[in-house]
Amino acid sequence: MGAAESARPGEVKIRLRDLHKAFGPNAVLSGVDLDMAAGTSTVIIGGSGTGKSVLLKHVIGLLRPDRGSVEVDGVTVEELAGEALTRFRRKFGMAFQEGALFDSMTVAENVAFPLTRIGSRSRAEIAARVRECLGLVKLEGVEGKMPSELSGGMRRRVGFARAIAHEPEILLFDEPTTGLDPVTKETIDELIIDLKNSLASTLVTISHDMGSVFRIADRVAMLYGGKIIAHETPADLRASRDPRVFEFLRRDLEMWGAARSG
Amino acid sequence: MKTIEAFFEEIGRFFEMLWGVLVWTPRRPWDWRQLLYQMVRVGVNSLPVILLTAMFTGMVMALQTTATLMRFGAERYVGSLVSLSLVRELAAVLGGLIIAGRSGSAMGAELGSMRVTEQIDALEVMATNPIHYLVVPRVWATVVMLPLLVVVSDAIGIWGGYLVAVLLMGTNPVAYLETTFQYTEVSDVTSGLIKAAFFGLFLAVIGCQQGFYTSGGAQGVGRSTTRAVVIASIVILISDFFLTKILF
Ligand SMILES: Nc1ncnc2c1ncn2[C@@H]1O[C@H](COP(=O)(O)OP(=O)(O)O)[C@@H](O)[C@H]1O
Ligand SMILES: [Mg+2]
Repeated sequence: MGAAESARPGEVKIRLRDLHKAFGPNAVLSGVDLDMAAGTSTVIIGGSGTGKSVLLKHVIGLLRPDRGSVEVDGVTVEELAGEALTRFRRKFGMAFQEGALFDSMTVAENVAFPLTRIGSRSRAEIAARVRECLGLVKLEGVEGKMPSELSGGMRRRVGFARAIAHEPEILLFDEPTTGLDPVTKETIDELIIDLKNSLASTLVTISHDMGSVFRIADRVAMLYGGKIIAHETPADLRASRDPRVFEFLRRDLEMWGAARSG
Repeated sequence: MKTIEAFFEEIGRFFEMLWGVLVWTPRRPWDWRQLLYQMVRVGVNSLPVILLTAMFTGMVMALQTTATLMRFGAERYVGSLVSLSLVRELAAVLGGLIIAGRSGSAMGAELGSMRVTEQIDALEVMATNPIHYLVVPRVWATVVMLPLLVVVSDAIGIWGGYLVAVLLMGTNPVAYLETTFQYTEVSDVTSGLIKAAFFGLFLAVIGCQQGFYTSGGAQGVGRSTTRAVVIASIVILISDFFLTKILF
């Protein structure tokens, strides 16, 4: 496959091989192997602090592996630099865990940002697309607000809108629904399902919420001890006999139970 | 051992950032609006405190030198003394220190908080080089504005000195102005402005660099802000010696 080409649906889009990453003495990733197919939705689960965000940042070249490699559409990410890396990133949209909105810009300017930097839309088209994306995440009438005037959940949704605005090939969502109320959570899940069904995008989502996971995932990958210990369909995962997976799911169910009764 | 390592790491990062600024400056898109905005922040917002400092420095200089020169009957030279000290040295150094405290610290704080809240990562993800977008306009805004502030400081300081020497100490007003213009050469003024431009470059690069490499949450941002001011001030004072030596 040529470097400039994109993988067709079903082919491997993102390939992680023997990925190692440590911060000082803190070994976070120690041999991650994971293939993600084009046009599918992969959800990464795992306890907090296990390195899910670190993993996602390797895919887009924000972090460089100590060992191993990340390939996207056959291109080795850690070999890219400068202009080539910038061009490479145009195919991505990423929603950060805490939103990472630019706090010197309004909500509308935030969502418009990737559109002004990537692609060649006119001013009017950008404004229309911004309204559309904010509508998709059920945020209307906040265009002129500053991020500091929004709640944490709203900021997260603006971050989501900003990630999908330029209709990128690959979408990386870092806990897009954490801390949202159930109704909004469902809205975001629906959006992810729509994106998945369109087959136009490859989605990688980090999630804590097993309810979401089972709805939005084609495949679920579990990160544990710096490695991917399970990579299966949601149904297979649920039936997993692996005690580490089992334990993770059980704890989540208990939390759900507690939340419902409490 | 650790501190020496950290010291060289800082120096390495300084030149890396400086290099980044030089490489990215000519690249498009040019963000004129951002440049203008930063120039207003550096220049206009600091104008009152800079003027106040310059004026009182000129006044104190006049107070000190008139008393001394009167002993030799040389008080007509007060003007040239005040002017030369300000133009060649004090306006640039004091201006640099004040802007380091105001703008350099703000750069450390802003970029630092953008770093810890992943806004810098977000820029990179959206195909935008953060040095190009954040650092380039801040650095050039400071390099342009600091010399301009120094020009105004020169004038205000000389005027402050005049007020004290003439009105308070009763020296000859014509002599003050005469010696001022007779002994202050254009090269004296330009040497001060060149220094100011370098101080602006140093303090902005250092402020941005401290912000850019922030880690450790809100505490880290505080640390970067302090370091931006402290390191820039030291660099200004030390480089002043060498720049003076070169520019005589
Ligand atoms: N830039 C960084 N520098 C140092 N340590 C980091 C950095 N990013 C993440 N870590 C560490 O890596 C580990 C995994 O973090 P993270 O990927 O954010 O976990 P999570 O799975 O909750 O997303 C944590 O121990 C965190 O402290
Ligand atoms: Mg995380």
